[in-house]
Amino acid sequence: MTSTATPPVGAPQTPEEPGKGMRFVSWASNYIDERTSVSGFVKFIGRKIFPNHWSFMLGEVALYSFVVILLSGTFLTLFFQAAMTPVHYDGSYAPLKGVEMSAAMASTLDISFDIRGGLLMRQVHHWAALVFVASIGLHMLRIFFTGAFRKPREVNWIVGFLLFVLAMAEGFTGYSLPDDLLSGNGLRIIDGMVKGVPFIGTWISYLLFGGEFPGEDIVGRLYMLHIMLLPALVIGLIAVHLVLMVVNKHTQFAAPGATQKNVVGSPILPVFAGKAAGFFFLVFGVIVLVASFVSINPVWVYGPYDPSPISAGTQPDWYIGFADGMLRLIPPGWEFELWGGTWSFNIIVPIIILVLFLVVVAFYPFIEAWVTGDKREHHIADRPRNAPTRTAIGAAGVTFYAVMWAAASSDIIATHFRLAVEHVTYTLQALLILGPIIAYFVAKRICIGLQKKDREIALHGFESGRIVRMPSGEYIEVHQPLDAYERWRLVSYESYQPLMVRPNAKGKIGFWQNFRASISRWFYEDRIEPATQKELDEGSHH
Amino acid sequence: MTDQHEHAAVSNRAHPEAPARSSGIAVIPTDAVANPGFPPERPRVTDLDPKVEKAQERRIIALFFVSIIGSIAAIVFYIVFPIIPGDMQSVRNNTMFVGAAIALALLAVGVGVVHWSKALMHGHDLVEERHETRGSEPTRERAAEIFTEANEESGFTRRRLLRNTLITAAVVSPLPGIVLLRDLAPIADPVPLLKHTMWAKGTRLTRDPSGTPIRAADVTLGSAFHVIPEGLNELEHGKLEEKAKAAVLLMRLKPEDLHVTPGRETWGFDGIVAYSKICTHVGCPVALYEQQTHHLLCPCHQSQFDITHEARVIFGPAKRALPQLPIAVDDEGYLVAQSDFTEPVGPSFWERVL
Repeated sequence: MTSTATPPVGAPQTPEEPGKGMRFVSWASNYIDERTSVSGFVKFIGRKIFPNHWSFMLGEVALYSFVVILLSGTFLTLFFQAAMTPVHYDGSYAPLKGVEMSAAMASTLDISFDIRGGLLMRQVHHWAALVFVASIGLHMLRIFFTGAFRKPREVNWIVGFLLFVLAMAEGFTGYSLPDDLLSGNGLRIIDGMVKGVPFIGTWISYLLFGGEFPGEDIVGRLYMLHIMLLPALVIGLIAVHLVLMVVNKHTQFAAPGATQKNVVGSPILPVFAGKAAGFFFLVFGVIVLVASFVSINPVWVYGPYDPSPISAGTQPDWYIGFADGMLRLIPPGWEFELWGGTWSFNIIVPIIILVLFLVVVAFYPFIEAWVTGDKREHHIADRPRNAPTRTAIGAAGVTFYAVMWAAASSDIIATHFRLAVEHVTYTLQALLILGPIIAYFVAKRICIGLQKKDREIALHGFESGRIVRMPSGEYIEVHQPLDAYERWRLVSYESYQPLMVRPNAKGKIGFWQNFRASISRWFYEDRIEPATQKELDEGSHH
Repeated sequence: MTDQHEHAAVSNRAHPEAPARSSGIAVIPTDAVANPGFPPERPRVTDLDPKVEKAQERRIIALFFVSIIGSIAAIVFYIVFPIIPGDMQSVRNNTMFVGAAIALALLAVGVGVVHWSKALMHGHDLVEERHETRGSEPTRERAAEIFTEANEESGFTRRRLLRNTLITAAVVSPLPGIVLLRDLAPIADPVPLLKHTMWAKGTRLTRDPSGTPIRAADVTLGSAFHVIPEGLNELEHGKLEEKAKAAVLLMRLKPEDLHVTPGRETWGFDGIVAYSKICTHVGCPVALYEQQTHHLLCPCHQSQFDITHEARVIFGPAKRALPQLPIAVDDEGYLVAQSDFTEPVGPSFWERVL
């Protein structure tokens, strides 16, 4: 970043008389370039165009919160002891003085109460982690609902999906480290789930915990994953993610002048770099501000892990909620013995549902590409309403996730609203199946309704609110036509029609063609096509 | 999988100069509304009025000064708000003041740089050409050629046995690494460990966590005790591992409220019954006892167990009843175990009934 050394923008730049700062920059640039040929990179990347839209900043939030996580996490490693050796706590937090706990828990308390800024950094780290996973989730939703995963970006969707899974793994391994009562019970649940896996579960749990649960190994092992293996994977995949973004160039929304063959927006140097750097500080600042005033994960309230006590209303961090909720939604009795083994379907079914859900998320771009058979590149992001079935599928998926997520708080919902926890669970069980179906149809109808409205506005203009009385006594509202730029946003989309089944060269209709045709009917039977020029000309006549 | 219908769509492609690429079932309109092109740029107030521009510049400089002050303040607060051991208020002040000052430093510089970018830097959108992601035809041809040459020169596909043994060797080579992970856990088989707990004939029931023994007479009607086996606190190793299996809940109900199956009549004592506290679902402690209904609730996933019916599951994802610990009273009137649990406690595992 040498932006401070450049002369103020707007002032005419005279190349023969560079400022004092500029002379240094030229010398330094030359020095580096003669040793790295970096000028080629600057030429390649420096004036790349980045389209502007608020929703494009969600991925940036994820990236910047990850940097905050790395910085605050590095500070924490200086003081944290990832060992489960039992010690007697001897720090400043009086209520736990003399209590036996693991070294991990004791060092967490020391960071919180005996190291200046330690509690702040713990809270920065935890809040940043929550923001990290949340922003990845929102970023993925933005990509999904605007169809930005279409060719050529399917690979980058997969990379982003892996980052989402890794972020959850980072979060879980991270909040398990303090070895407090809450995180210990979280590990107990993981142990129970692993043990429920047929054939190998017992041994996997035994190897994971280094013996019987809880053992004295798990914190050290999770620490290795948390600060080395997983961050290395995250950093590597972020690099791939960003390189692919540069290769594919960013999508843009339909706007006057924007086409499939151009990118309209700000150049990386200086405007985008300026906004991005400023935004990094804003994200960092907001996280630090929240961490200064809002407590998160007060492990001293929970106490050290002990397999016997537990507090009511235990909850994992928000992003693990959907998995915990799915466990709660299984009705009683889903376990039986067969062929000498114990089949814990109350564990196996939730695991299968969660994995299937994630697999569908990961492979959705390929499913849609197969249905449309569209092999062209797509660089204009859809407005969600213009892809009603995709938006409806997304709404169904979000609802499914939300019900699982709500189920992780079934007890809290019950106590807050004075309901029986059984009734909350029964309702959520019903919603898990009905909710996505309802959401699907509601979202699809809303999309089609909005499309119809768009078409109406494009053809006949918008209601001006001016009521005019005609000589005949009739009242009409004057419709104001749109200008060409406003109209372009409403008419510039593509629609798809169901695949027509045709016999192949041998005069036969194959099974797959029939299948694809029926799926494409489901996707595209209800559709609103954009207004054409002809309709527009006819519309303006009356 | 392209059929005639899709080929028909291809001929209507919007950009005939691009290489043929099926548009699938997309509807390509023949008289789509034309893109009106870029709208006229609207100048910003800073573009029009040099005075405003100067004022904005001063404002941004002020923000950067605020940031510098915030950073210095954070250092000052670090010193003037130390942590006094045992004083929680000092921890709070240190966190709040240092944090707020750092946040101020970051937010001020963030707002300043964003504002500089948006208000003072060149504001017009620029346009860049987009090209298809695939390499150009000559590049792709050359790449294919390189593969062909490399294949010919190495004989990779020609020497099939050589290639296949190489692939096999590559697949087999990570196996020792996986085997090396065996010693993550001790040599002993985990299954016997999971099937036994510390409880044995004559082990006294003691209070959790103090370890003091419990007299039958202390257990009044309607009361519940969190119980650990005698000697657990004195264990040198494996205290938590044993506790994770041996934790017990002790309750006294009216004997007539208990529905006892044949063979288990002697497992309680005068309405006092002891059940494993470890949930048969995924192992959380079933710690919430509802005195009125005699139900036990697991706070993790809301499995509920009915103590009047030998802790059978009445709600939630658990399947099996909580295992009962057979108890008796020793000569001194203390509660003791008659034996270990008669079945494995805690979450299910594959070898549970083997």
